[in-house]
Amino acid sequence: MNALALPTSRDEEWRYADFAALATLAPERFGEWKEIELAPGEVRRKCLVLDGSEPELHRVRLTVGEGARAELFAVNAGSDYTRLEVEVRLAKGAHFQFGGVTIGGGDATREFVTRTVHAEPEATSHQVVRAVHWGTATGNFLGRIDVARGAQQTDAAQDFKGLLLERGASANAKPELEIFADDVKCAHGAAIGQMDEMAGYYMAARGIPPETARNLLVRAFIADAFKALEDEAEQEKLLAAALDALGDAV
Amino acid sequence: MLQINNLHATVGGMPILDGLTLAVKAGEVHAIMGPNGSGKSTLAYVLGGRPGYEVTEGSVTFAGKDLLAHEPHERAALGLFLGFQYPVEIPGVSNVQFLREALNAQRKARGEEPLSGGDFLKLAREKAGLLRFDMEMLKRPVNVGFSGGEKKRAEMVQMGILDPAFAVLDETDSGLDIDALRIVGEGINSIMRKPDKGVLLITHYQRLLDYVVPDVVHVLVKGRIVRSGGPELAHQLESEGYEAVAA
Repeated sequence: MNALALPTSRDEEWRYADFAALATLAPERFGEWKEIELAPGEVRRKCLVLDGSEPELHRVRLTVGEGARAELFAVNAGSDYTRLEVEVRLAKGAHFQFGGVTIGGGDATREFVTRTVHAEPEATSHQVVRAVHWGTATGNFLGRIDVARGAQQTDAAQDFKGLLLERGASANAKPELEIFADDVKCAHGAAIGQMDEMAGYYMAARGIPPETARNLLVRAFIADAFKALEDEAEQEKLLAAALDALGDAV
Repeated sequence: MLQINNLHATVGGMPILDGLTLAVKAGEVHAIMGPNGSGKSTLAYVLGGRPGYEVTEGSVTFAGKDLLAHEPHERAALGLFLGFQYPVEIPGVSNVQFLREALNAQRKARGEEPLSGGDFLKLAREKAGLLRFDMEMLKRPVNVGFSGGEKKRAEMVQMGILDPAFAVLDETDSGLDIDALRIVGEGINSIMRKPDKGVLLITHYQRLLDYVVPDVVHVLVKGRIVRSGGPELAHQLESEGYEAVAA
């Protein structure tokens, strides 16, 4: 795709996007990538909260040098279509850590799209995404993993779980693996469910009001996405931002 | 303290309770025994306000208030504790966090100051000790990975911490080995055997009643109390069976 060719629903990585919202963006936005390069051995972490009220498109290209470690944690809680797309190229022994939460109601689509290229041997990647939605909102995680020829001892894992608080909300998970090496580990799992009513009742029976119970349960549900974030204050900030979005849920 | 009058209730449209009447005074322990499907657990859930358990007739007054008009969490704040037959697992929420939220929510509803983290831990340690429950286990997620007996003991630790005025204990004795049964029995006595408290003990077996001696034993059959008596009634049920005694 050249920079100005707009995506269509036939493009796999745009499959669940909100095209009406995309049409409001300037065409040149689609060609804009933020390029970030990590030197060999470098460790870099970024925490993002996307909570705008207009359609948003964020595209990041990460080149992670030998033995370097890139960590990205994000809350995607925009009130209109919000997409964070990350392309990662991992050199030998590099690591990519991604933790993401899409959360929100209304009718917006919020999505994470990652493409992780294990270009050299011994690189690892670990991605955990949680989606919590209500209303007629949609949360998506499209995670593609490419293991290049010769990228032996790749260890890649993807874990997605969706929690739908109301009928009408939806979540899509699309793991995609392309593996050209034989000594690799690639794991992926996806599950979508509803709030555990019995847990809610058990909490009520102990005196916890419904809203607090829901917050505790949602917090427990999304916490996995930020478990790998070592800075507890940052972790707390992201959880608070996500739970803040929960405020207007039913 | 608890006054149940002509209570009728349905679950999924099926009538289960059929005119149940019962009164427990402060300072009393009542036991309810009855065959499978007689409505024992339904009674517990109706008192606890579980969604799906619908009261079609009758009334329940608790501490002078219309219990059925209150939401489940409000009933807890009024001082009602429901001990679950099958305690629920809550992954990702620790017992400590869960119980502190619960206690402080109840205190807030009663217009009391919240308990600080330190004071709460002190209280939790004391009550866990009473039930010989490992404090480390209270740091783990609620009931997750607990054995059947550990879940029941954890329920009693919860009861100790929340210190309710009235406890409805639904088959708290099931899943307990002999030693655990004694510990739980002693726990119930020390937490709830007080002049201003009451207990409704739902059980299949006489065993627990050796430790927690009831003032009154009721036999529940087909959704209503068919017979009431002293502790000796439990022994009679154990030796003769429900059919003979309830006939």
